Amino acid sequence: MESNSTEPTEHDKIISILKEKYDGEILHVDTPYNLLTVTLKQERIIEIIQYLYDHAQVKFQYLTTLCAIHYPDLKQIAMMYQLRSLENNLEVRLKIYLPEENPVTPTLTSIFAAANWMERETYDFYGVNFQGHPSLRRILNVDDMVIFPMRKEYPLEDQTREDKNNAMFGR
Amino acid sequence: METVRLNDIKVSDKPEGLEGAGFFATSLEKAVGLARKNSIWPLPFATSCCGIEFMATMGAHYDLARFGSERLSFSPRQADLLMVMGTIAKKMGPVLRQVYEQMAEPRWVLSVGACASSGGIFDTYSVLQGIDRIIPVDVYVPGCPPRPEQIIDGIMKIQHLVETESLRRRESPEYKALLNSYGIE
Repeated sequence: MESNSTEPTEHDKIISILKEKYDGEILHVDTPYNLLTVTLKQERIIEIIQYLYDHAQVKFQYLTTLCAIHYPDLKQIAMMYQLRSLENNLEVRLKIYLPEENPVTPTLTSIFAAANWMERETYDFYGVNFQGHPSLRRILNVDDMVIFPMRKEYPLEDQTREDKNNAMFGR
Repeated sequence: METVRLNDIKVSDKPEGLEGAGFFATSLEKAVGLARKNSIWPLPFATSCCGIEFMATMGAHYDLARFGSERLSFSPRQADLLMVMGTIAKKMGPVLRQVYEQMAEPRWVLSVGACASSGGIFDTYSVLQGIDRIIPVDVYVPGCPPRPEQIIDGIMKIQHLVETESLRRRESPEYKALLNSYGIE
């Protein structure tokens, strides 16, 4: 839905706040399902989140969730941070792209303690290496697992079975 | 109110033996089998919906107490029968195995439902594809989940095994080889 009013929308406000200081970091802006999504360069992501946390006009002080997304065609793993401002009723999603081969990004636990387990889960399933995380080890899968199972190069099915073939399951 | 007559109470048949005035002689194996069969203490290892069916099985309507198994044991040390009911994730595997190892001989294992028996619909990286990959299983009960009648049928199959098992089976080289194939002892 296109807005024709001259009043700046909440999305515009967030964008202008970001552009005040980090104009060069913004790669792309989109609003899928009316959720403002800002794709950023990967280097200064923590600094930007800290800026949005402290900024008096938005105060994004609640981390809704963070997770990774694997894009095998792009050979990249995206990190997605979803922030909420309880005070101003605002929501924003920040996205960075990391190389599939060696996804390394600084930890968010320096700002949000809640990021601890979320980053452990992201490491567990996608192998994203969060630099500075206090205890980056698997959280849900067995400790001796050698794969990162939500990456799309790994098949979903258990590979140790021979008796479950497609014919038996009508696939 | 209907009174319970003595005839309504079911008493297990005595095993084969020699009988005369004032004495009855049978083999120790048969006497022990009869006693064990009708006093199995199950350890319910319930992780999902099959566990709910087990609760129905223990309830008044189906009443597993009729088979001498009303006393559940939540300590593996005292249990005779390990009833595994539900999906066993790979992370739960070592726990299940430890519970099995803590049980004293003789011990039996009943695998209830598709998930415990084969992984069921969960053909995925995180689910154990059947508990017989980590512990030996005596009886499998199919179903997703099985009805209480099926669980009782499985218990009756276990009862048959318990009744007819040789007292020396647990010392046999075949049994030791079976355990060794699972890396136990």
